[in-house]
Amino acid sequence: MAEVEETLKRIQTQKGVQGIIIVNSEGIPVKTTLDNASTVQYAGLIHQLVMKARSTVRDIDPQNDLTFLRIRSKKNEIMIAPDKDYFLIVIQNPSD
Amino acid sequence: MPPNKSKSVTSSAGSKKKGKKTESPAQGEKLGHPDDILPMVLTSATQELFGCRADEDVTGESPYKLLKKDDIIQDLKTRAAVSDFSPAKQIVLDYPEDELLLVFDRDFTYDQLFYLVLTPEAKDRILNPPQPETPEVCENEVNNKSGRSEPKPWISLGSEQEIDEESFKESREKLWYKFSRVRRKFGAPVCFSDRNTYMECVPFHDSRFRIKQMQRDCGMQAVPRMQSSSSQTQWKFKRNIFTQYTPRELSDGDKENIHQCENLKHFCNSVTPRVLQALQQEEIMNVFFDDWKALGTGDDADWSGKIFEGLMLYQAFTDQKYTKDKKISSINWHPTIYGVLAVALTEKKTEEVMDESSAFEVRESHIVFYSFSDPSNPQLLLECPDDIFAFEFCPSDPNIIVGGCVNGQVVLWDISAHVIHLQGTKPGKNASLNTDTFDLDDNKENKTPVVRYCAVSALESSHKAPITDVQWLPPTFEVTKLGLPVENKNNVSVQVVTCSPDCALMFWDVRVTKLLSQSGSDRKQNADQKTSYGVPETFKHLDRTWKPLFKVSLPKIDTGGEYAPLKFSLELYSCNANNTGRTKEEANENDDGSKVVPDYSQLRVPSAKTLATLEDVNTRLYIGTEDGEIIYTDWKLVKDDSGRQQSAKPLHCFRTHHWLVNTVQRSPFYKDIILTMGSWNFAIWKEGVMEGPIVTSPSSEQVCTAGCWSPSRPAVFFIGKDDGSIEVWNLLEKTGEPLQVHAHITDAKITCIKPWTASSKQHFLAVTDDLGMVRVLEIPKTLYAPSRSENLSVNKYFKLEEDRLKDFMKRDELWAKQKKEAEELKKKMDPVKPVKSLTENDEENMKEYNVHLEVEESVLKGLGLWTAPADTEDT
Repeated sequence: MAEVEETLKRIQTQKGVQGIIIVNSEGIPVKTTLDNASTVQYAGLIHQLVMKARSTVRDIDPQNDLTFLRIRSKKNEIMIAPDKDYFLIVIQNPSD
Repeated sequence: MPPNKSKSVTSSAGSKKKGKKTESPAQGEKLGHPDDILPMVLTSATQELFGCRADEDVTGESPYKLLKKDDIIQDLKTRAAVSDFSPAKQIVLDYPEDELLLVFDRDFTYDQLFYLVLTPEAKDRILNPPQPETPEVCENEVNNKSGRSEPKPWISLGSEQEIDEESFKESREKLWYKFSRVRRKFGAPVCFSDRNTYMECVPFHDSRFRIKQMQRDCGMQAVPRMQSSSSQTQWKFKRNIFTQYTPRELSDGDKENIHQCENLKHFCNSVTPRVLQALQQEEIMNVFFDDWKALGTGDDADWSGKIFEGLMLYQAFTDQKYTKDKKISSINWHPTIYGVLAVALTEKKTEEVMDESSAFEVRESHIVFYSFSDPSNPQLLLECPDDIFAFEFCPSDPNIIVGGCVNGQVVLWDISAHVIHLQGTKPGKNASLNTDTFDLDDNKENKTPVVRYCAVSALESSHKAPITDVQWLPPTFEVTKLGLPVENKNNVSVQVVTCSPDCALMFWDVRVTKLLSQSGSDRKQNADQKTSYGVPETFKHLDRTWKPLFKVSLPKIDTGGEYAPLKFSLELYSCNANNTGRTKEEANENDDGSKVVPDYSQLRVPSAKTLATLEDVNTRLYIGTEDGEIIYTDWKLVKDDSGRQQSAKPLHCFRTHHWLVNTVQRSPFYKDIILTMGSWNFAIWKEGVMEGPIVTSPSSEQVCTAGCWSPSRPAVFFIGKDDGSIEVWNLLEKTGEPLQVHAHITDAKITCIKPWTASSKQHFLAVTDDLGMVRVLEIPKTLYAPSRSENLSVNKYFKLEEDRLKDFMKRDELWAKQKKEAEELKKKMDPVKPVKSLTENDEENMKEYNVHLEVEESVLKGLGLWTAPADTEDT
C-alpha cells in the first residue's frame, strides 16, 4: 500500500500532471487523485479505447502487444500504461 | 333486251304511244286503240289469199300471222281500192321490214276481226313478250279512269346507269348441288382416325384491324403507394454490446483488498518507469509544435499580389460651399451607417480672437455629413448656433448628436428625420424627399437638407469658454446630482460630460427633469406643435433651459487655482448584472429590448433614491490640460471641511507635455491604458500607476496635433503632425520611433484623426486638416491585422514598462535616500567643515585641472596621439 502510494507520489510530482487514475481490467477505477465524476468518466471511456487499441495491435501481429498509449489533445495529454490486470492513466498539461 | 324494251314500252305505254311519233299520244286515247295497229276487215277472199282464214289458220291461241310486205303491195296493186289493205297502203309502203303482223282478234278488242300491226316495234312487242299485255290492260283501265292526277312522263337523265351499276345482278345462273348419301350407309358405324398433318388456321394479318386507336377512354384510380416489407438480417458477427447507466464502482472493502494485493504493487513498479519517461519527454519538448506554422503572421494571410504597406488614400471629401476658409475641428464616423462621417467646421482664427466673445459677425456654422457615395456633396448639414469644437454621436441612438460650442453652450441635434436620407442615395436625386420639408426655394438639384439644433443649453449655466471635449456616458450607468454613479434603468446613454478650459467639467442629462414634468399639460400642448423650422421636438424640454447636473472643478494639487482641461477620458463601464440585482435573463431581455431606441423626449430623470448605486464604476478620469498636464481625478463630489460639496483634489498630476494636450484616449483593448498626446511627445499611462506615464516618447520635431489608437491592433496607434504627416507607431516593434511615417498626407496641419472599422477587410482612417479637407485613408492589412498573440505581447510590454517605471521610481527613491545618507554621513564625518571661500575653491579646481592635464598628456603620449597643445585649450 505504501509502495503504491509512493509511486503515485513520484508521478504526481512531475511537472504538469493533473491527475492519475488506476483502473482494473474491468474498467473500474481502483485508485485516483481526481474527483469521482471525472474519474468514472475517464475510466469508462479510456477502458474501451485501450481494449480497442490492444485488439488492434494484436490483430496486426499476434506476437505484439500494447505497451503504451498516448493521446495528445489541444489542452492536455493523456497517457495510458496498460498491463495484465490494471492500467494507469495519467493526465498531463504539457508545458507550452 | 326484251325487258328493256318492255320497260320502255311500259313507261310510255301509259298512253299507248311511241316516243317517235309525237302526235300519237293524243290520237291513241281518242281512237281507243293504239295507233300502231289498224283494225281491218279482211274478206274471206283476202283471208284465203294470205292464208289467214279465221279459225283455220289463225286461231284464238295463235292469232298472229306474218304477212309479207311484197304480198300486200302486190295485193294493193292488183285490187287497188278494193283491197282490204288500202287504208294502210301508205303505211305498208313505208314499213321498213319485210313482214307485217296480222293479228286475229277473235274477241273484237279493236272492233274488227283482224288488225294489222303497223310498226315493227309493235310487232315485236305483240309477238314476243307476254308481259306488256297485262300492263297495257292495267294501264287501259287506268287510262279509262280519268280525272285523277296524271302521272308525269319520266324523263331519263341517266340515272338508270347508276342503278344498273349498283344493283345486284346475278352474273351467272345459280348453281344447284344436291348431296346425298348412299342409303345403305345410314346408321353404319363410323371409325375416326387421325390425320398425319394437323390442320391449323394460320393467323393472318387482317388489314381491317390496322386501325390505330387514337383515343381511348380509360379509367384511373389513384392509389397511395405504400409498401410494407420486412427483412431478416443476419447476425453475422455475434458480439454482445452493453451500455452502462451507472458506473460500476468498487466498494471500499474491495478497494482495500485490492490495495493490499501484491498484484497492484507489481503493476505499479513495472509501469512507473514508462510513465515517468513519457512525462519527462513531454516536459522537455513539445513534439507536436509546428514551427513552420508558428512563423506565419496570421491565419488568413492574403498573398494575392500586392500588399501595400502604407496608408492608401481612399477618398477625399470637401465641399466648396461650406468648407471655404474653414478648418475642421472635429470628425466622427457615423456609428452605424457605412461610409458616413461628420465633420465640424470652424472658422480659422488666431487664438487671441477666440477668447474675445464680442464683435462676432453672424456666421453660419455647420456640421457637415459626408458619405462615401458622394464625395463632393455633403449629405446633411447640421446647423449650429456657433462654431463647434467637439461633437459626439450618442452610442445608443446614432440619431442624437451632442456638440459643444465655442461659446460654451451644449447643443443637441436629432437627425432621425433625415437618417433615411443618409443611408440612401445621393442628395437631390430623389426629389420626393424634399416634399416633406417646407422648401421655398425649390432647387431640385443639390439641395442638402439642413437640420437645426433641437436644444441649446442655457447660456448662463454653460461653460464660459469653448467646449473642447464632449462625451456621452455609456448606457450602463448614470450619475446623480452628487456624482454618484447609479444604475441606468433605460440602458441608453442619457448623460453627457463636457469639459472646457474654464476649469470645469460639467455633467448634463438629456432627460426631462422632474420640475418640468409637473407642467405636463403645457408640455403636451407644446409637443403637438412643431417649430416653424420643422425641428423635431425630442429635446424641446431642454431648449434654452438646459442646466448641467453638476459641475466638477479641478483645483490644483499643490498650488491654488485650477487646471484648464482640454480633453478627458473616462472609463467605459460595462454592466455587471450581479450588481444591479437583476437576474441574468432579465438583463439579457433588457439588452434585447434596449435595441429599440427609446424616445428621448419621454425619458424622465428618475428619483435618485430609487436607483441602486453602482459601486464598481470607476469614477476617475484622466484629463489633459492646456498646460500639458495630465491629471487623474475623481469626479465624485466630496464634502470638504465646510460641509459643502466640493470636487476632490486630483490624485496626481504630471506635466509630461509642454503645451496643449490634444488627445487623451483609452485603448480600445485595455481599460486602463491611456494614450495622451500633446505638444512634441506622447505618453502612455496605466491607470493605477501613480508614478507617471509608463511610456513616454522622445520629443519629435513637429508638434503632434492629433492621435488615435488603432481599433484592431492593441499595439498600433497613429499620430498626426503639424506638417501634415502621419506617423504610425507600433509599440511592439519600435518604441523609440515610429514604424512608418507618411509625409505630406495633407498640406496643412492635421487637426483630427479618427479610425473606423467598416468591415473585416476595410479599415479606414479619416484625417482632417486645417484647410477643411477630409481624407479617408485605407489602412492596409499589415496595419490592421493583429499579429499573433499581439494582445498578450502588448500586455507583457505594458507590464514590463510598468515594472520598469516602478523599478525606476524605487531606484530613484533609493538613490535619493542614498544621496541623503551620504550627505549626512559626510556631514557627520566632517561636522565642521569650513566653507571654502570661492577663491580657494578655484585654486583647488585649478590644481585638479592641471593634474588632469598631465594625466591626459601622458596617456596620449603613450598612445602616440599627443599633439602639441595650442595656447588656448580649445578642442
